Amino acid sequence: MNAPNTAPTSAPASRARLFAVFNRLALRGFGGVLPWAQRTLVEEERWFTSEQFVEMLTLAQVLPGPNIANVALMVGDRFFGLRGALAALGGLLAVPFAIVMTLALLYGSFGSHPLVVAALRGMSAVSAGLVIGMAGKLLPTQRRNLPGWLFVAAAFAMVGPLHWPLHWVMLGLGACSIAIARARGSRRP
Amino acid sequence: MSAIDLAEMFLRFALLSLLSIGGAITVAPEMHRFVVNERGWIDDGQFAASISLAQAAPGPNLLFVTLVGWNAAGWVGAAVATAGIMLPSSVLALAAHRWTERLRDRPWIQAFRAGMAPITIGLLLATGWILGETNRDHPVLVAVTAASAATVVATKLNPLWLIAGGALAGIALTR
Repeated sequence: MNAPNTAPTSAPASRARLFAVFNRLALRGFGGVLPWAQRTLVEEERWFTSEQFVEMLTLAQVLPGPNIANVALMVGDRFFGLRGALAALGGLLAVPFAIVMTLALLYGSFGSHPLVVAALRGMSAVSAGLVIGMAGKLLPTQRRNLPGWLFVAAAFAMVGPLHWPLHWVMLGLGACSIAIARARGSRRP
Repeated sequence: MSAIDLAEMFLRFALLSLLSIGGAITVAPEMHRFVVNERGWIDDGQFAASISLAQAAPGPNLLFVTLVGWNAAGWVGAAVATAGIMLPSSVLALAAHRWTERLRDRPWIQAFRAGMAPITIGLLLATGWILGETNRDHPVLVAVTAASAATVVATKLNPLWLIAGGALAGIALTR
């Protein structure tokens, strides 16, 4: 088991490094890149603590746009400003773009080949597990936040099994959760 | 496609970008309605293939939008579609990040972070649930999902092994 709250000990040395790390992250992402973000940025590169990572992911999720692209922009911006943001986003997109276009040019119907569809189905089952596992690893960030557990469960149930629209759950549940956090915050200055 | 069509695609995709909370894939139904039904720039099969190809290849699934643009209007279409779906949300993300960092000591920003963090984690669980839902009739794949989650939490095994195993399990199941 890994300690949930390791202090960040490192920062990217250059924009090239930022590009390389996000490129690595992207190329691991079969069926979704986001599950790799926590492992790569927190556990391997140690650029962030779990708490800092959750903070960024929270903002990335609330805002429109691909969550992982938003994370890349924020990470890059934090270390190297706008140029860093572009380097991180470039790292995320450049090589996957080339791969996707090559596949599209070579095999127009590659994505609907029965073998690919079958493999994809199995990979998506793993991807589902990876996202759940990532959530499991981030849960300790809420250990001192009792109402937080309730909101984890409610957000999961409403958007997962109940299929309620994401926008409304974020708005409704978010408002309640923020109000409670505000009240707790002002009691404990 | 004419320049006017390209401009219209850019503007529509830019609008969808601002609505794409939860990722580009959440606006796929609306994008489908526009490019397939309304404009007829690509057909159903091309749209579905764009999504499955982007999912099969490594990298962010948002690249399905690039493929939609490419199918509609070649390289220019790919560039225009990608810029449309990425530009507005990226500008917003950067601005919001800088703004919340600058005001990070304000009680409301702190309450926002503290309040939304558990919802972020709950939504990750929900994403896993929804991804796994299509496999509900395959107990083996449900077990694969559960085992993958447990492995990620309990060990440091490189998940690429899990993904390779999942691909094999998927192929074996159809035999």
